[in-house]
Amino acid sequence: MKLYCLSGHPTLPCNVLKFKSTTIMLDCGLDMTSTLNFLPLPLVQSPRLSNLPGWSLKDGNAFLDKTELIDLSTVDVILISNYHCMMALPYITEHTGFTGTVYATEPTVQIGRLLMEELVNFIERVPKAQSASLWKNKDIQRLLPSPLKDAVEVSTWRRCYTMQEVNSALSKIQLVGYSQKIELFGAVQVTPLSSGYALGSSNWIIQSHYEKVSYVSGSSLLTTHPQPMDQASLKNSDVLVLTGLTQIPTANPDGMVGEFCSNLALTVRNGGNVLVPCYPSGVIYDLLECLYQYIDSAGLSNIPFYFISPVANSSLEFSQIFAEWLCHNKQSKVYLPEPPFPHAELIQTNKLKHYPSIHGDFSNDFRQPCVVFTGHPSLRFGDVVHFMELWGKSSLNTVIFTEPDFSYLEALAPYQPLAMKCIYCPIDTRLNFIQVSKLLKEVQPLHVVCPEQYTQPPPAQSHRMDLMIDCQPPAMSYRRADVLALPFKRRYEKIEIMPELADSLVPMEIKPGISLATVSAVLHTKDNKHVLQPPPRPAQPTSGKKRKQRVSEDVPDCQVLKPLLSGSIPVEQFVQTLEKHGFSDIKVEDTAKGHIVLLQEAETLIQIEEDSTHIICDNDEMLRVRLRDLVLKFLQKF
Amino acid sequence: MDGQTRLGMLHRLLVLFWPPPQTESVILSPLSFSIYRGHKIQHSDWHKEPLRIMDPECSRLLPALCAVLADPRQPVADDTCLEKLLDWFKKVTEAESSLLLLQENPCLVELLSHVLRPQDVSPRVLSFSLRLAGTFAAQEDCFQYLQQGDLLLGLFGEAGTLGWAAWNVPTVRSGWIQGLSSLAQHPSALHFLADSGAVDTVFSLQGDPSLFVASAASQLLVHILALSMHGEAVEHHSPQGSAWPTCAQKIVGHVEESLRSTAAPQVTQALNVLTTTFGRCHSPWTEVLWEQLSPLVACLLERDPIPAGHSLVDLLLSVARSPVFSSADCGLWETVAQTLSRLSPTQAGPLALGTLKLQHCPQALRTQAFGILLQPLACVLKATTQAPTSPGLLDGTLGGSMTVDALLSSKSACAGLLCQTLAQLEELHPLPHRPSPWPQASLLEAVVTILQLCDGSAAPGSSVGGRLCGTLAGCVRVQRAALDFLGTLSQGTSPQELVPQVFAVLLEYLESPDSSPTVLKKAFQATLGWLLSSPKTPGCSDFGPHIPLFLGELFPVLQKRLCSPCWEVRDSALEFFTNLSRHWGEAPTLTQQLLRDPESYVRASAVTAMAQLSSQGLHATLASPEHPEAEQGLLREFLNILSADSEGFPRRAVVQVFTQWLRDGHAEVARDTEQFVATVLQVVSQDLDWEVRVQGLELAQVFLTQKLGQPGHCPYTVALPEAPLPRLRPEVLRTLCQPWLLEFAFRALFDCDRPVAQKACNLLLFLRDKTAPYAGTQETGDSPHLDSMEAALQRWQAGEQGQPLGDPEPEAMLAVLRSLDLEGLQGRLAESSDHVEKSPQSLLQDMLATVDILEENEADCY
Repeated sequence: MKLYCLSGHPTLPCNVLKFKSTTIMLDCGLDMTSTLNFLPLPLVQSPRLSNLPGWSLKDGNAFLDKTELIDLSTVDVILISNYHCMMALPYITEHTGFTGTVYATEPTVQIGRLLMEELVNFIERVPKAQSASLWKNKDIQRLLPSPLKDAVEVSTWRRCYTMQEVNSALSKIQLVGYSQKIELFGAVQVTPLSSGYALGSSNWIIQSHYEKVSYVSGSSLLTTHPQPMDQASLKNSDVLVLTGLTQIPTANPDGMVGEFCSNLALTVRNGGNVLVPCYPSGVIYDLLECLYQYIDSAGLSNIPFYFISPVANSSLEFSQIFAEWLCHNKQSKVYLPEPPFPHAELIQTNKLKHYPSIHGDFSNDFRQPCVVFTGHPSLRFGDVVHFMELWGKSSLNTVIFTEPDFSYLEALAPYQPLAMKCIYCPIDTRLNFIQVSKLLKEVQPLHVVCPEQYTQPPPAQSHRMDLMIDCQPPAMSYRRADVLALPFKRRYEKIEIMPELADSLVPMEIKPGISLATVSAVLHTKDNKHVLQPPPRPAQPTSGKKRKQRVSEDVPDCQVLKPLLSGSIPVEQFVQTLEKHGFSDIKVEDTAKGHIVLLQEAETLIQIEEDSTHIICDNDEMLRVRLRDLVLKFLQKF
Repeated sequence: MDGQTRLGMLHRLLVLFWPPPQTESVILSPLSFSIYRGHKIQHSDWHKEPLRIMDPECSRLLPALCAVLADPRQPVADDTCLEKLLDWFKKVTEAESSLLLLQENPCLVELLSHVLRPQDVSPRVLSFSLRLAGTFAAQEDCFQYLQQGDLLLGLFGEAGTLGWAAWNVPTVRSGWIQGLSSLAQHPSALHFLADSGAVDTVFSLQGDPSLFVASAASQLLVHILALSMHGEAVEHHSPQGSAWPTCAQKIVGHVEESLRSTAAPQVTQALNVLTTTFGRCHSPWTEVLWEQLSPLVACLLERDPIPAGHSLVDLLLSVARSPVFSSADCGLWETVAQTLSRLSPTQAGPLALGTLKLQHCPQALRTQAFGILLQPLACVLKATTQAPTSPGLLDGTLGGSMTVDALLSSKSACAGLLCQTLAQLEELHPLPHRPSPWPQASLLEAVVTILQLCDGSAAPGSSVGGRLCGTLAGCVRVQRAALDFLGTLSQGTSPQELVPQVFAVLLEYLESPDSSPTVLKKAFQATLGWLLSSPKTPGCSDFGPHIPLFLGELFPVLQKRLCSPCWEVRDSALEFFTNLSRHWGEAPTLTQQLLRDPESYVRASAVTAMAQLSSQGLHATLASPEHPEAEQGLLREFLNILSADSEGFPRRAVVQVFTQWLRDGHAEVARDTEQFVATVLQVVSQDLDWEVRVQGLELAQVFLTQKLGQPGHCPYTVALPEAPLPRLRPEVLRTLCQPWLLEFAFRALFDCDRPVAQKACNLLLFLRDKTAPYAGTQETGDSPHLDSMEAALQRWQAGEQGQPLGDPEPEAMLAVLRSLDLEGLQGRLAESSDHVEKSPQSLLQDMLATVDILEENEADCY
């Protein structure tokens, strides 16, 4: 069993598991931090940006984290754990010869589609006059200014996919529900479990009859909108692959939400605008819910909240229809019936307005001071670029970063000098290390496998020994392009016995509770299933009498098999027996594995070990048989 | 909400006779007050206790009650009745002879003998009877009387209660012990205890599963021991143990045996008995006892682990505190020193603190104890600093490894030990005889380090430090304790170079989004402590160099906190800000908005804060230039809150602010004080919250005091030479007798909330006394004003609110004032509202009535 690690990003994992003749890809996250190397794509021509000296707009802005470690066309299935971890899907399904199936839950697919749609839209609506790729050549790259010069694996950077590719990729997905058992070629069974992190987010169990691998990716134990995490089903795993822990282990989400609200209110009360760069789904639902409770008390009832994204409308509406994937509290609202999320009311009362882009209706309705939620969190493309340019010059305004995926300082770099206030309150609800250690104590996997980043404290806080995974035995760590042999051997395989064969067995009890029987059968293997069938009978005899004879003749046939022996030989008694039978001058030596009985007179040696006994004598068959019979007296036969 | 007792009862009993038809022969019930035209009748005897506690009426009710108690078919529904009944009997037997009581009320003895038939009695009544018998038998003659019928032996002896099934009920066992406790007051009782074998039973009850029973058993043992030694100590001077009375020897023997036992619970029991003994008995014999037992106690220290560490600490402290041992050297200090070094840090902490609090303790021991208290902090410092810079704290690190082990063993152990240490040092800090030299600098350094460990900002210098960092990160308990202690440390002189560190860590906590509301509150308190203790002059120019810098960083944080979604945070930020603005003239601009906060506590705090700003003349600077009449606006805003806010807290805050403004002569109020007071009182009189009304009366009181001068009847002041009383000028009198003022006060006098009525009564008394000199000058005749006022008062008392007072002459007002029996009313209002129900008669009636009701209900079923 092997694990191929294709991504070095612990929260955007991409691993391939080879398990019992199946090749399973676990997630295919798209690391978009490379976009930070590019200039922002403004919606309207920005003289400032276009007049920057030197290297202006470049092509490509996606970085697919993969290597030539494994031929991706051999991947049988891809299991997706949440919508953030499927963003690279079109690259794999459309360009690698992949012919397998992708499994994901319905909300994951729908919201994943929205995220991809938004991404494609953001990129495509600002077409570039020119594109170049020559600079990816290593020799030319060396000449580029820093940090591009130092960027690794530039050759793997890809151009953004198209909507067509997205649709084609999504068509390969098969929808699954929590706890649904999916058979893969009869060899393994995969099951998604609720992970509590996002709508439809899942952990996966991959198991055969005797082995169980759990894949935990992006889980949360906090009470937010999704269904709570299913921990119990993760118990008794041989291996637990742990990815997608919180990216900001020192920030407590509750504190951050409070910080978010405080700063938002402070800015708006002082007459400034608030910009929140965010994804169109996920934490934004929780933020809107918090604001729903907070705006009246903070006296913000008259402040407009704008949500601008090509998929804003779909995102807000989708969230309301996935009731079965929501936490209990929200589920029960549906029966009232009420919309599970309170943003419905915000929209109804015109406090929250959503627009596909800044063009059109938005420019007519736009009123300041206001709060704008828009993408993309990298500040490199999307409507957020426009607002950064618009509001960056005033110190009254504030940009609040809530998504933890990008370094906010790097994201802000092309906008410097910046007068607006910047607040960093990353809200990451995924497991922190305290929760992980509790989870591991509860679930007790035999082995834990995780990215190497989790096995040491964060580089910036090297003294925080609590910010790492601490478990026994120590977790196996992997880094990008590692191939891990998972530390357990498959010892057993399940074999079915046909009923008629089982009928013929005559078990013999050798110890209380343990019975044995010998089986003669034909092993039949098909679709990774093994069945013991009765041995083929010889041609049917013609008469009943003959048949009886035949049966009686069968008996010696069967007895050709040597009887099986069991039990142990007590050395002292054995020596006594030998003495009784006339052997003298017996010496017993202890060895590492058992005993050696020396019959010096007969120049014979009897080697008694736990599971075997050897009689070594020189060409005296009679003596050997005598001795053998004496040995057999101590053993049970069947 | 103290004193929010409704006066329903008083209302019913207040009978206003008004005016009697030209006759003086009015029968006044003891609970009425009367108003007569021109003069008043005072009653002074109504509140005195009757001479006999057991009055005939109660005696008459007793047989019925005893019958009810003895009847198993009539269960007593309420335990508290029995408790009250017992209390009453205790009071009776304290005042009267129990023997006489029993003889006069044979039903009581009947009840006691009835419970001897166990099948008929509920455990409650049995327990009650045991305690009752004990109460009676506390008097020796009564004891003999009860003994004659073998009643006591039946109740307390081995053949009695002990054998019954009811003994399994803890209440019964508890009643048995309490009965014996009350009974054991005289030598006859001692004999009885010895003969009945009760002491052995008490021994076994020490390990009772019910903690109450077990604890009472220990107490009883101490009681018996003290009683049996009582006579001895007088006769011989501290006899040796072997010459002690048998009963005492038996108990001491049992204690010795328990101390030798290997079972920890037994040792704990013995130690508890001893702790109580030394805590309670301070006769010379206790010294002999300690001499005899201290070797056994010392032996406990040699065991591993030491059994019953906490109880051992209690015992040693109890012995050390006993005056008997103050001078004598009896090896106690050696034992304490040994214990300190042997116990785990968590257990040694309380002993160290207790030792340091003792006045007469050897210096060496004090040093050792202080070392132990400082140990955990020393460990923290050692683990986090590369070079030990603070010799005061790191010297003499005895048992340091034990402390480190305790700190690292688990998260809860670490937090527990640190919290305990911080709390103990905090307790020690203000004591006059705290250890000297006091390592202020090291303590400060340690507590700052702990706070940094808790928020993950510390840079530990060792692996121990790393582990501590992981353990303490985000530990709210330790954060709270450390901030408390840090606040306390502001009350000392700290080295100037450490102060910036303190402010830095405080700012970290105030800024951090992860600080929980309680932690934040503590951080605010500590910050205030440090700001106020920093050297400054009124001119605000000569702070320590760091203060302006700190304040500069603090204000943005405060602004943000005022916008927090968590109301506790907004509230404590406002509170902090209010306190701060008393000393520093800074003002966050958001305060005014919080007057409309959804949370009433926050609105109340905002009112106080705004008032504070206004008093400092800062409010005007807050208001934007387009609102020049900001001050006016604030008064209007406050009045608006007072009349319209749906919650009590902001309204109370407003009246408090108004009262303060009136006292201080705030510019806004001084413009037209009368008009201001009239407006406020008018609003307040309509308020449903009694505290607001009380505050309103306080405002009126301040107003009157300003007009009339201080109330001058302090009994302790030396009487000034007779100065002619200044005549009240008529215009002042007219002001005082403004209808709005008196109407408000009179209405409050009939308020259904007692504190309001009390306050109003005091106010009117003050007014009457002040205007008394004026009264004689004019005779009040029958005027139409007076009549209408009397009518109005009568109606108000009857609960009708509508009728106004009209616009009467000041003279008429004063006449009414004089005619009221205000002193009598004051006395009655001082009574608690249930004083009538508290009478024993009422108790007996109630108990009988409950049974009647139960019977009726039973009848209803058919």
